[in-house]
Amino acid sequence: MTTPTIIDRFKTGLWYENPGLVQLLGLCPLLAVTSTFINGLGLGIATLAVLVMSNALVSATRRWIRREIRIPIYVLIIASLVTCTELVFKAWFPALDRSLGIFIPLIVTNCAIVARAEIFASRNSIGSSIVDGIVMGTGFALLLIAIGVFREFVAMGWMLAILPPGAFFSLALAIAAKNAIDKRRREARSSALPRRSRLINR
Amino acid sequence: MADNPVFRSGLTLAAIAAICTALVAFTYQLTDERIAANDKAWLEQSLQPALSGLFFDSGVSESIVTIPAPHALPGSDDAIIYRVYSGELPVAALFVVSARDGYAGAIKILVGVDIDAKVTGVHVLAHRETPGLGDRIESNKTDWVRQFDGRSLGDPVAGNWKIKRDGGEFDQLTGASVTPRAVVKAIRETLEYFDANSAAIFAAAADAADEVVE
Repeated sequence: MTTPTIIDRFKTGLWYENPGLVQLLGLCPLLAVTSTFINGLGLGIATLAVLVMSNALVSATRRWIRREIRIPIYVLIIASLVTCTELVFKAWFPALDRSLGIFIPLIVTNCAIVARAEIFASRNSIGSSIVDGIVMGTGFALLLIAIGVFREFVAMGWMLAILPPGAFFSLALAIAAKNAIDKRRREARSSALPRRSRLINR
Repeated sequence: MADNPVFRSGLTLAAIAAICTALVAFTYQLTDERIAANDKAWLEQSLQPALSGLFFDSGVSESIVTIPAPHALPGSDDAIIYRVYSGELPVAALFVVSARDGYAGAIKILVGVDIDAKVTGVHVLAHRETPGLGDRIESNKTDWVRQFDGRSLGDPVAGNWKIKRDGGEFDQLTGASVTPRAVVKAIRETLEYFDANSAAIFAAAADAADEVVE
């Protein structure tokens, strides 16, 4: 097995295994705060920061952590990091903190973070885990921003987009769009094969 | 004993808990002052609408009195009063009260009352009224709350401190009368409280300075 390049890792985090679009993790904040671009950006950056730091810490301590106590330790690490992030937001971005409200502390409950700790950081080196945090966090943040922009834009003509149902519609559209693009790509690839093998495939 | 896995797990947990606590404590130290300054700036900014036209030289958020829950002011929570002074002389009192009988839950409003018992300004701080109807009480949506500026208990007379639909003097909002009715009533009750207690309000000792007021 060859080691994946940085670009491959980014493709995985942003597209093939995007935490929001494919793994469907962290949907509570995703649906709740994406009513505007700035909210999506704020929560995206906060989640990205927590994810990178928690991956680094979990990876750094993985040798001393016994299997039985790993979950309480992940919870401890993630909760402390989220508290620190919340304090930093309150100190330097008070307006953003007010508009995100409870959703900064609620990053604790974002399953995407504990999932990356369990699946990736507890089994890989610190450097690799940090890269994983960056790509997965960026994938999640970009989705938050995209949905925020989309809803804010559509809400100019259609009020519903900014209300809770709009979040579900927008996410559904985003997932459908991703699946449609993947399907077209697959078809393009199979039709690019030589004619004979296409016949055999049938 | 050192080989006991339970003991070792406990030790690992304790060590990581200590590291995490230290991390949070360190961040808290780093951000504490800025957060307190931000909270104060935010508070003073939200009190501004009730301060127009007043001459004062005291820090607005510095002389606070909290009236504990069962009180004659509107609202069932503790009421907060910010006192404004010019030198030693009291200038105005800003009340944070809630109108309980809105269309959807309490409407939190700021009512400024000057020493002559006139309204200096009203500002809606928080509410859950219907968007497009009741939310026009917000000062960034309409000028509705401005009609109370300069009013007092005698102006209009007590029986006319109502919205027009109820035979009073104040405008209502088209399509929404529950919300304006609740706000008018809360303002009137605040003025009545001020009328009866103004001496006591300004004579009361301020809350401890380090108390954080949301």
